[in-house]
Amino acid sequence: MIVRIGLSSCGIAAGGLPVKEALALVIEQQGLDWELQQTGCIGMCHYEPLVDVIHEDGSINTYGNVTMDGAREIVAAEASGTALEKYRIATDREPNDCLAGQVRIALRNCGTIDPESIQDYINSGGYQALQKAVNQMTPKQVIEEIKISGLKGRGGAGFPTWFKWNATRQEPGDIKYLICNADEGDPGAFMDRSLLEGDPHSVLEGMVIAGYAIGAATGIVYARAEYPLAIKRLGKAIEQAQAHGILGSNIMGSGFSFDISIKQGAGAFVCGEETALIASLEGERGMPRLKPPFPSQRGYWDKPSNINNVETLANVPWIIANGGASFAAMGTEDSKGTKVFALAGRIKRGGLVEVPMGMTLREIIFGPGGGIKDDKKFKAVQLGGPSGGCIPEALLDTPVDYQSIKNTGAIMGSGGMVVMDETTCMVDLARYFLNFTQDESCGKCVPCRIGTKRMLEIMERLCAGEGKPGDIDLLEMLGQQIMDGSLCGLGNSAPNPVLTTIRYFRDEYEAHIYDKKCPAKQCKALITYLIEPDKCKGCTLCAKKCPVNCISGEAKKPHVIDQNLCTKCGTCLEVCPSKWSAVSVS
Amino acid sequence: MSCCCQTEESTTIQSVSTAIQLSALEDLINRYRGVEGSLISVLQGVQELYGYLPRPVLEHISLQLGMKKARIYGVATFYAQFRLTPVGKHLILLCQGTACHVNGADKIETALCDELGVEMGGTTDDRVFTLTEAACLGCCSLAPVMMIDGQAYGPLTPDRARKVIRDIYKQEEQSREEVGA
Ligand SMILES: Cc1cc2nc3c(=O)[nH]c(=O)nc-3n(C[C@H](O)[C@H](O)[C@H](O)COP(=O)(O)O)c2cc1C
Ligand code: SF4
Ligand code: SF4
Ligand code: SF4
Ligand code: FES
Ligand code: FES
Repeated sequence: MIVRIGLSSCGIAAGGLPVKEALALVIEQQGLDWELQQTGCIGMCHYEPLVDVIHEDGSINTYGNVTMDGAREIVAAEASGTALEKYRIATDREPNDCLAGQVRIALRNCGTIDPESIQDYINSGGYQALQKAVNQMTPKQVIEEIKISGLKGRGGAGFPTWFKWNATRQEPGDIKYLICNADEGDPGAFMDRSLLEGDPHSVLEGMVIAGYAIGAATGIVYARAEYPLAIKRLGKAIEQAQAHGILGSNIMGSGFSFDISIKQGAGAFVCGEETALIASLEGERGMPRLKPPFPSQRGYWDKPSNINNVETLANVPWIIANGGASFAAMGTEDSKGTKVFALAGRIKRGGLVEVPMGMTLREIIFGPGGGIKDDKKFKAVQLGGPSGGCIPEALLDTPVDYQSIKNTGAIMGSGGMVVMDETTCMVDLARYFLNFTQDESCGKCVPCRIGTKRMLEIMERLCAGEGKPGDIDLLEMLGQQIMDGSLCGLGNSAPNPVLTTIRYFRDEYEAHIYDKKCPAKQCKALITYLIEPDKCKGCTLCAKKCPVNCISGEAKKPHVIDQNLCTKCGTCLEVCPSKWSAVSVS
Repeated sequence: MSCCCQTEESTTIQSVSTAIQLSALEDLINRYRGVEGSLISVLQGVQELYGYLPRPVLEHISLQLGMKKARIYGVATFYAQFRLTPVGKHLILLCQGTACHVNGADKIETALCDELGVEMGGTTDDRVFTLTEAACLGCCSLAPVMMIDGQAYGPLTPDRARKVIRDIYKQEEQSREEVGA
């Protein structure tokens, strides 16, 4: 029997490590001959810590939200040959609802193998695609196979992968570089982290194949410093691959040599942009430059360089092993294959899902996502992060493919899908994104550096209840100018969240400007907390919890908020017992 | 931060370093001497050693690696990861990403600031904690999230965030007592 526990950052955050210790202890105490393994993340974050028990006959019981006590009970039950229903969320025959409709290509091994064991990866078919590519195919044939697959870049721009590879291949010169973009700067997205933590070898294999196709001998992973576990596991995977002759000289006897190193980013969103990433790799300030020349012409140290996203690369081994046509058979005419999405925000079952392109937003959010938290009302979904846009309920049946998403004004982006409900203020959200991009603007060009600042000032005014007639027009005009006049993708897309929210939620902007009201009751300057005297039972709870002590009243008598001191933190609303619900906000 | 070309300040590299740090620093410099494009890695190494980038150390590096101070300072101030002032023993990264924002990260911020008695970016008087923001910690489905010394905590409530801090304080006290005993 094998007991497997999910230990990615998310599993660890949810308390996975003590559960692992508890498992190890009972297994030992009971003298059981069971193997305890770790694995990456299956994507069902809300069920973490997750434990699989795999029986001799191959059947599996999956347990969710396992506590330390739970771990002991599960081992006891399984040792006597029964399942513990209290924690069981799925079996191999009856997968959990979260997995319904998913097709796992990039995530094929995440949550089922030990990411720190190359043997596990090889046992599940790993490195066979590499063997095939370097020993049975020419670089041209590899590129052709990727072309047939229709794979497009998963990092945001959605550019055909084969085209970039081919362009780099055809550049003259002996020295070329293959760079893996693991910067994943979009706040609210964690596909690449999960892949690197859960199945680093699939990314490495994709890199070696890509290096072979373009004629590079060196691969570099540019990884976010905020992902310490991903960097650790990737480093370990590189060492194992080197020891197995999968990296280094004369790979698998093919005569092809390739090695990979990791460079850590230092916390700058703009470094996800290709030319800025290259500047950062060279040890400089990460400021973008004009394209062309494209990195395929002049990249790292001025040599032809190809940059691909983590998920793009993780798809490559599968495509080579199974043929481009099988990948192209999934998805839509415009967008082939599958895409990983990170579901987060006000959603019931946040997590990672990989679905065929063309599934609708509604199917994803209400299928694997399970709908909205606390059964509130769906309001919008944000795609593409700070460069993307908000899609309203009326467009929920939009199929997820590059073109259809673009038509809504948002972008596919890298796969972050943040769901909002009625408690999210769209004006505040747009302000939030603009604050982010303005902060991350590298400052090289004026429209982006100063334009976003001016837009942000307007947005802050709106949220502070100081909006003026004409502000919406001004935002739209500025936004258009920034998009037209900026040098790189950051500036080109920074106004998107504002423009899409104006397009779909204009009434909320108008309420802020003309009625001085925040319909979602989020903008602090536009709301007041009140205790309704006839409902208040004087339990004193709110007065005890108010961080600025501005609630007064005698026990068992109605309490009063001093509006001059209230910081509108919302604590009183939260703590007032629901049977009385004496605090209201307006 | 004042301009780094005024060098009147009398801090020396010895006054900010221990002997162990000095020898590790020499190793670091030797490792990257002559390696093109390694400035960020050098600075990351320094920060790992000292917890921040002390000015005398940057000046030392400038001399040793033959790089203009302005260039080093330019890189050090461009990236959010680099800090020019000392930090507490435990670094708290509070996520301000989208998922955390819509799940009430601001309430966690208020609670942490209150519990620690510092503002965002500040260090407690006893130098045990520094509170900073992060753009996203990649654990978005556990939002709101914070990370302390590489370990993520979530989903947080104001009370749970306070408890995490108190627990670390408790451990600190225990280990201090053990050392004292
Ligand atoms: C401001 C900005 C940030 C970006 N951040 C990322 C990122 O974090 N990860 C990523 O893979 N691509 C990012 N990109 C897209 C990359 O520039 C590039 O298109 C991509 O890495 C190419 O790989 P692909 O073709 O495999 O998608 C960003 C682009 C811009 C303009
Ligand atoms: S658009 Fe913004 S981020 Fe891009 S180069 Fe210009 S200032 Fe820098
Ligand atoms: S909103 Fe916060 S500050 Fe205001 S009365 Fe309630 S608890 Fe006190
Ligand atoms: S918590 Fe509610 S019922 Fe209790 S004193 Fe406050 S307002 Fe009144
Ligand atoms: S459980 Fe790992 S990403 Fe969610
Ligand atoms: S948005 Fe907070 S962890 Fe990603």
